[in-house]
Amino acid sequence: MAVTCENLIFGRGTFRLAADWSLPSGASLALIGPSGAGKSLFLGGLAGFDVRHGGQLRIDGADVTDAAPQDRPLTLMFQDHNLFPHLSAFQNVALGVDPGLRLNDAAKAEVTAALAQVELPDMSARYPSELSGGQQSRVALARALIRRRPLLLLDEPFSALGPGLRREMLALVETIRGQQNCTLIFVTHSPEDAKTADFVSFVHDGSVAKPVAAQALFDDPPATLQEYL
Amino acid sequence: MLACLALLVFGSLIAVISRADWPIALGPGDWAAVRFTLLQSVISALLSVVLAIPVARALSRRQFFGRGFLMVALGAPFILPVIVAVFGLLAIWGRSGLFSDVLGLVGLGRVDIYGFPGVVLAHVFFNLPLATRLILQGWVSIPAEHFRLSAQLGFSAWDEFRCLEIPMLRQVIPGALVLVFILCMTSFATVLALGGGPKATSVELAIYAALRFDFDLGRAAVLALVQVILSGGAAILLLSAGRPVDLGQGLGGARRVWRQGGRGIDSFVICTAALFLLMPMGAIVLRGVGGLVGILDVRLMEALWMSLQITALSTLLAVGGAIGIASLAARSSRGWLIEVTSTMVLVVSPFVLGTGLFIIINPWLDPFAMALPVTAVVNAALSLPFCVRVLVPALQQVERNYGRLGTSLGLSGWDRTRLMLWPALRRPLGFATGLSAALSMGDLGVIALFAPVDGATLPLLMYRLMGAYQMDAAAGVALVLVAVSFGLFAAFDRGGQLGRHL
Repeated sequence: MAVTCENLIFGRGTFRLAADWSLPSGASLALIGPSGAGKSLFLGGLAGFDVRHGGQLRIDGADVTDAAPQDRPLTLMFQDHNLFPHLSAFQNVALGVDPGLRLNDAAKAEVTAALAQVELPDMSARYPSELSGGQQSRVALARALIRRRPLLLLDEPFSALGPGLRREMLALVETIRGQQNCTLIFVTHSPEDAKTADFVSFVHDGSVAKPVAAQALFDDPPATLQEYL
Repeated sequence: MLACLALLVFGSLIAVISRADWPIALGPGDWAAVRFTLLQSVISALLSVVLAIPVARALSRRQFFGRGFLMVALGAPFILPVIVAVFGLLAIWGRSGLFSDVLGLVGLGRVDIYGFPGVVLAHVFFNLPLATRLILQGWVSIPAEHFRLSAQLGFSAWDEFRCLEIPMLRQVIPGALVLVFILCMTSFATVLALGGGPKATSVELAIYAALRFDFDLGRAAVLALVQVILSGGAAILLLSAGRPVDLGQGLGGARRVWRQGGRGIDSFVICTAALFLLMPMGAIVLRGVGGLVGILDVRLMEALWMSLQITALSTLLAVGGAIGIASLAARSSRGWLIEVTSTMVLVVSPFVLGTGLFIIINPWLDPFAMALPVTAVVNAALSLPFCVRVLVPALQQVERNYGRLGTSLGLSGWDRTRLMLWPALRRPLGFATGLSAALSMGDLGVIALFAPVDGATLPLLMYRLMGAYQMDAAAGVALVLVAVSFGLFAAFDRGGQLGRHL
């Protein structure tokens, strides 16, 4: 099992969110649910930013319950502010190799290759303000690519893009997932996007429901989900 | 850092209390000083704020050639050395100034502004721009949609004023009044240059006279306590009125005006305000160029060197201290640290701080030999709260927007400082450093207490030249002083804007 939540409880203020389930390695999981239900809180908790009030978290068998954010085997893409505006595209990706930007030649070649893979081969010297929204997302994805973490978390990083561009980005994510065989958990408001995932969890009433096969869930949605949809 | 500041503030306060003549008794002269301090502060605050209302309203409504320049000019009196501004004001309003010349042409006598009128005039000159900026922020904060709606509903100018503008003014005015009141109450240099005599002596000027001329430490300490009580009361007023914050930017352009009319009045208001502000500044430049020739002597060089030393030391202390306090205060739960820092320096004003240090140093060392470090420390304390206020929002913003990204990438320690915090802080840090340097460069406060007879900073040299009626030489010094002050501010402010920012 890639991601195992054992009686996990995350909290922000007085709000509590519980999760108690496992997700198989290499699978993709879509989190859907009303605004404020705790989808972002859950990803923030998995990444080690939000406060844990109990339970255990294991990723690929390792207990990371108390690990520092940078030591967890995952990459979280935030809703916004995924790039530092004062660093070039190259430097933003290079942070994924070394947080001090100290790169040897091999590492530099690796960064260039990652940018080429997200189809931005000639953009390495540009700054985020000189890139379109889609291109900025690609830079952030290139960094996720180069970090090679087995778990990728997406907190709606593509929500500011148009529907076509968003699907393009999700397709790119799928490609990366295929190559690196990583597990994916993403937040979405679109049932269409959720249907592309292997599993779906409905987040409501203070809990992240046990993942259910996407096809089965949408063919016969329970009453609460039907109401939300 | 905070502990150092607290030690400085409370140390001075204890020194003042322990040295005061007991039982505390105020003579008639002292009461006159209290009355003068309060009266000139109240009148100056009322005039500045009331006059600022039409100016701010006109500026919020009108787009015109030179508006950007005027907005910059509104910020200038804040870093213009007080003694230089006084010189400029005298060139216009003084006995031999432009205004008197005009009066003479039409057969009227000359005016003499020394004393109460001069002090109030100078305070309005300094604080009208500040009040205008604060009130203009209020006007800008009214959503444009509200004015659009009122135009659609056919509001008259009075309806609009009553429904939209009065509620805003009611929120902004009290804070602005109290802030200007406090600034006038602790403005030593203005009263030193334009006041004096039994009728126009403030409490701080009385402290200065007691220390400098009578060497009466006990009486100076009593007066310092009186000043602490006055500013303590004002600080309570300020905390309850809500402290206005001059954001220093983001005032943007004028809004669209749908209703016609009022253009003539607005133009008149803007032109009058611009003339009132710009004429003294112009006079400084014009007279200064003429005076430059005669003053390139050794006194100027010595004063410049002393000013630069004090400025370097005090800026280093202020900015270093501010970084320390700001990084503590930026953590969400410690916001009160900002208020504590400001309030401490507000209640124990720099001048009282200087008095306390004088009393502490006196038994051990010659206070006049310590002029440089003491002035630097007090100047640093003066600009510290301001620097903290500039740095905290920048720190909070970078942590809020990029903190998690940095942490998830493993940016920590030196790398976090170098790649994340420094790019975010460089701009506000440049602004704070420039401001701190300009304020210290132009300061004419405690240096007047501590300066040896044969040594001076540039502002003090200028004051002495004016006192000796060497107006041409004073004009030259004024120009050098303004050039260095504004130059330092511009260099640091621009320096902070170089390169890419977070």
